[in-house]
Amino acid sequence: MASYSTSEFKKGLKIMLDNDPAVIVENEFVKPGKGQAFSRVKIRNLLTGRVIERTFKSGDSVPAADIMDIDMQYLYNDGEAWHFMHPESFEQVAADEKAVSDAKLWLKEQDVCTVTLWNGNPINVLPPNHVILRVTETEPGIRGDTATGATKPATLESGATVLVPLFVDIDDLLKVDTRSGSYISRAKE
Amino acid sequence: MSAWQPTADLARLQQRAALLAAIRAFFAARGVLEVETPALSAAATTDPQIESFQCMAQVAGQMRPYYLHTSPEFAMKRLLAAGSGAIYQIARVFRQGERGRYHNPEFTLLEWYRPDVSLTELMAEVAALLLPLLPHFDHSESISYAAAMQRYVGVDPHTASIETLATCCRDHGINPPDLGDDRDGWLALLLSHLIEPQLGQGGGLTFLYDFPASQAALAQIRPGDPPVAERFELYGAGIELANGFHELTDATEQQQRFIADQQQRAQQQRPALPYDTHLIAALQQGLPDSCGVAVGIDRLLLLASGAKSLDQVIAFPFDRA
Repeated sequence: MASYSTSEFKKGLKIMLDNDPAVIVENEFVKPGKGQAFSRVKIRNLLTGRVIERTFKSGDSVPAADIMDIDMQYLYNDGEAWHFMHPESFEQVAADEKAVSDAKLWLKEQDVCTVTLWNGNPINVLPPNHVILRVTETEPGIRGDTATGATKPATLESGATVLVPLFVDIDDLLKVDTRSGSYISRAKE
Repeated sequence: MSAWQPTADLARLQQRAALLAAIRAFFAARGVLEVETPALSAAATTDPQIESFQCMAQVAGQMRPYYLHTSPEFAMKRLLAAGSGAIYQIARVFRQGERGRYHNPEFTLLEWYRPDVSLTELMAEVAALLLPLLPHFDHSESISYAAAMQRYVGVDPHTASIETLATCCRDHGINPPDLGDDRDGWLALLLSHLIEPQLGQGGGLTFLYDFPASQAALAQIRPGDPPVAERFELYGAGIELANGFHELTDATEQQQRFIADQQQRAQQQRPALPYDTHLIAALQQGLPDSCGVAVGIDRLLLLASGAKSLDQVIAFPFDRA
């Protein structure tokens, strides 16, 4: 199995830590004048999302994690799992609720998401930064009100709720930013 | 930014030139002689914590390993033994694998030696040189290694057991590597993670002095209870700037330390490196009682110019060298 020595540590490196896949968020080389050198590392556990601090002795090595981020097309949800397809190989993977997590609120069939695979299994799903989704529920729109800046909640077809301007109506298509969960604009078909 | 370009801006390069000029003026005014010694030597450092770069050199028709110096220390002591009097050098030095925010494998050291001064007098001279160069610092203070450990983490570094040191690390939120019974390793962990960041704060440079005897390197050990290494390190804003020694003059003791270093390297399955036999011969001839100190010029410039990393003060750091 491949491994990395501390001299290869850098931000973004995927390693195994306590049997979980993890990514290095920050790496600091510390060495007191005449003493032992260390790598002081902040690491995010890719399964739990938790960031922990760990210090390694310089020269120590850790196993590499078999992690791949792949752009895959979202197909459908069968009630238990969310299915994604590789656009070229047509290979499919099924992600469970834990892997899909908050991304499920933004998933729309055919959209291309970044799926993180660990040993070939999906452990995380990142929706596109911008998605276009239909409004399924909101108070009736107030025509012409484009200036007040007032907002109201609107539920989207994917299940997410976003704050939208008062003129937005049911069945409108909206462009939203999935990172902040915020309304950007109305969109055309 | 393209990789051919410097990472330091022109203002900082100008500041570097001004800093070097100020240092040379300081020593010229005090009658300290500037010297140069070889960067490439047939001997390496044996220090288990420092790794030399190895090069192959053609010697009498054969290829032999030579080593880039990690400090000009050995050769400068040979000059002292030859009767040079007070000397200084501004040298490029090389240390394998040291790369980070405050480390570059190739860096600039100012090193100077003064016969017949005490370590306290040398610390005063370090402060006299550095304070005018550092706009954010207006005084210096000093604290012993033991007092700093006691104050910041509540352990006695000379008597605490390995278990106590390990517990202390964990109690302070450090997730430590397995350092086993490497006592100095545990102390280095505490020092680098919990103590160094607190030193040299509030506008004062901090001298840390009287190190554990096991960390003497090339310093004299002062007998006592506990015996301590007559060494200091200097910190500004949590960054180590200098390392000073009351130099070991005993040739036999020096040779024993070289051999002990080599044994430690052998235990770690690292290659045996030739130690400097010229230094041993010079010490046998007689080194005047001296104190010496090395100052990291790049870090000094970093602090003087308010830079965030060494890359901002080095034209072409290792990744672009």
